[in-house]
Amino acid sequence: MSSTFLGMPATPPRSPYGTGNLRGDRKFPEAAHDELRNEQLRRNLGRATRTIRAKRLDVTGELPDWEALREAGSAIKTDTMNRLPELLEQLEQKVTERGGTVHWARDGVEANEIVTRLVKATGSSDVIKVKSMATQEIGLNEHLESAGITPYETDLAELIVQLAHDKPSHILVPAIHRNRDEIRQIFLKEIPGVDPGLDNVPAHLAAAARAYLREKFMTTKVAVSGANFGIAETGTLAVVESEGNGRMCLTLPDTLITVMGIEKVLPRYRDLEVFLQLLPRSSTGERMNPYTSMWTGVTPGDGPQDFHLVLLDNGRTAALADRIGREALNCIRCSACLNVCPVYERAGGHAYGSTYPGPIGAVLTPQLAGMHAAKDDPNSSLPYASSLCGACFDACPVKIDIPSLLVELRHQNTEQSGTTAEKLAMKAAAAVMKHPKLFTAAQKGAGIGRVIGGRDGRISHLPPPFNGWSESRDTAAPPKQTFRSWLASAEGAATMRAAAGEYEKNRKQQKKEEEEK
Amino acid sequence: MTTARETVLGRIKDALALAPAPDTTVPRAYRTGRTLPDDERLALFTDRLVDYRATVHTCTADRTAQVVAEVLREHGARRIGVPAGLDPRWLDAYDGEVQQDSGDIPAPRLDALDGVLTASAVGCAETGTVFLDGSPDQGRRALSLVPDLHVCVVDLSTVEAGVPEAVARLEPRRPTTLISGPSATSDIELERVEGVHGPRTLAVVIRTDR
Ligand code: SF4
Repeated sequence: MSSTFLGMPATPPRSPYGTGNLRGDRKFPEAAHDELRNEQLRRNLGRATRTIRAKRLDVTGELPDWEALREAGSAIKTDTMNRLPELLEQLEQKVTERGGTVHWARDGVEANEIVTRLVKATGSSDVIKVKSMATQEIGLNEHLESAGITPYETDLAELIVQLAHDKPSHILVPAIHRNRDEIRQIFLKEIPGVDPGLDNVPAHLAAAARAYLREKFMTTKVAVSGANFGIAETGTLAVVESEGNGRMCLTLPDTLITVMGIEKVLPRYRDLEVFLQLLPRSSTGERMNPYTSMWTGVTPGDGPQDFHLVLLDNGRTAALADRIGREALNCIRCSACLNVCPVYERAGGHAYGSTYPGPIGAVLTPQLAGMHAAKDDPNSSLPYASSLCGACFDACPVKIDIPSLLVELRHQNTEQSGTTAEKLAMKAAAAVMKHPKLFTAAQKGAGIGRVIGGRDGRISHLPPPFNGWSESRDTAAPPKQTFRSWLASAEGAATMRAAAGEYEKNRKQQKKEEEEK
Repeated sequence: MTTARETVLGRIKDALALAPAPDTTVPRAYRTGRTLPDDERLALFTDRLVDYRATVHTCTADRTAQVVAEVLREHGARRIGVPAGLDPRWLDAYDGEVQQDSGDIPAPRLDALDGVLTASAVGCAETGTVFLDGSPDQGRRALSLVPDLHVCVVDLSTVEAGVPEAVARLEPRRPTTLISGPSATSDIELERVEGVHGPRTLAVVIRTDR
């Protein structure tokens, strides 16, 4: 029963444990450790993220009002979260008025059931899919397959991942960990009837995918999509893409089923003027992505005549109930934070074990799915998969303060589990950084200042290596200097050196022991 | 029994009660309501279209038919599709076969066309974007998607300076497609490749005096 009847708000539940793709089977340090052995992956990633960083800086630098757009984007999202019930009801009403059907899903299991039921009702045993984080998050493909329905991913990168029986490793470019030679091999092996003379030229690989999927687009009666935005004011949904597979899926089938997280709603049609600038420039580093499709319910004579919108919670309301953590719901999935993250660049997307990798994944995944102390949850290691260098915050088009969110989650995790934050952070550092010393030295930034004061104004849990420092001084009073100036002082520097030195010593010792084994 | 709808809305209300947030007003200090003189808009729009590998042809309205015919010939388009509401005079100089679109033509038959000719609703100079909104001279979305060549006529008077100005001209209820260059992917090593599922060639004919 909903607690609202009792007048006492209850904390909403996380995404149910053991469902969907919001949890790896190993903790971040172990997973990252294995990924690091994969030299190819690191080279592919390094090259790709370098390219896209440069492009993004070019096109964001081109706009004199970029900062004003970020401010607006951030405020629109915050305002949206504050007014979520009324906006969702408005969206539902508008979509319904225009001939669509709206479904609500408490979690991924329920959403999977709804989609499967809708597909079955059409009599089709195939669906075409356009890249959607939400359906990846809930494991829709696996569920459809178990019900005898074949999902075809149509985004080139998703297709590569699907054909290789692999998992996505990046929000925007899910096959970023594969280079052209590997992709050629996958196509030769998995695409029926592919030209055996196929070479590794990207244009030729794209042409092979085009030929393979063409027939599917022309004949499949049902499509499943995600949505980048859903406009409450008008009931309009938007999908931002590049290849045209989105247009195909949204236009040609008879039935369209769109799965959208409840946080993707925007109040006004006008708000698109902000996000259609922020998103393409931050994600692919283009002034505008090649295609954006916007549709409102059903249009007679144009596109699917049967339209369903599935609104998904799956832990989003749990994140919303956290005053600090809810900021992660503002994410527009541009992936800029992944592309600037030194930890992501070394560890790759798979190490995070979730549909959402990188800095945003490290804060969003534990919020959606929780960090279960009792179960030794891999998600509890995610908030430590960061050096808190702050690059993600600077890159984020909606100004999500990821470092502060990470620090808050560390705080919550240590409170729950009693593990020392130091150990966990050092493990993460040792796993991904050549010089863990630098990793620890990078433990700075906006978030730490807050933790120094703590939520209750006391020094409680400092991130490593400073937690040693705070424990050794039983003065509970916050330092008079700001954290940054303390760090710059002789005392701060000495503490840093001591902590890093201590860590190095431990590591050498550990290595020696390992070698002796 | 409580429905999923009631449960989710109840959870949201609970969440907002547990973590109330102050009201937010949205600062809109970014550029809006910009205007640019015709020649500057034309130059910017052209530059951005070309940058994303669209081909651009500029003409006055009285030469539309000639330029359209030249572009179609240049790309070897012998059979094209057109929306029912297209100005028939645009085809006066074209000697190929024309299939007028209707809702009952299935998608595979659109695939057999060499190209499609449409008008457009709005343009955005700063991003090199053409907006189609399904009006009778642009047709249903499948028509401008399936054929491999899209020749799109844009009147300079409909081209706005930036995104806010262009979005303000849209009619939200119409199915709207934003097109910025031909279909492309950056999925293989983040290298941009033109031409995946949408039209591999986008030719824009800008009419300067309308
Ligand atoms: S957190 Fe910000 S930078 Fe990262 S994907 Fe989301 S919107 Fe983009």
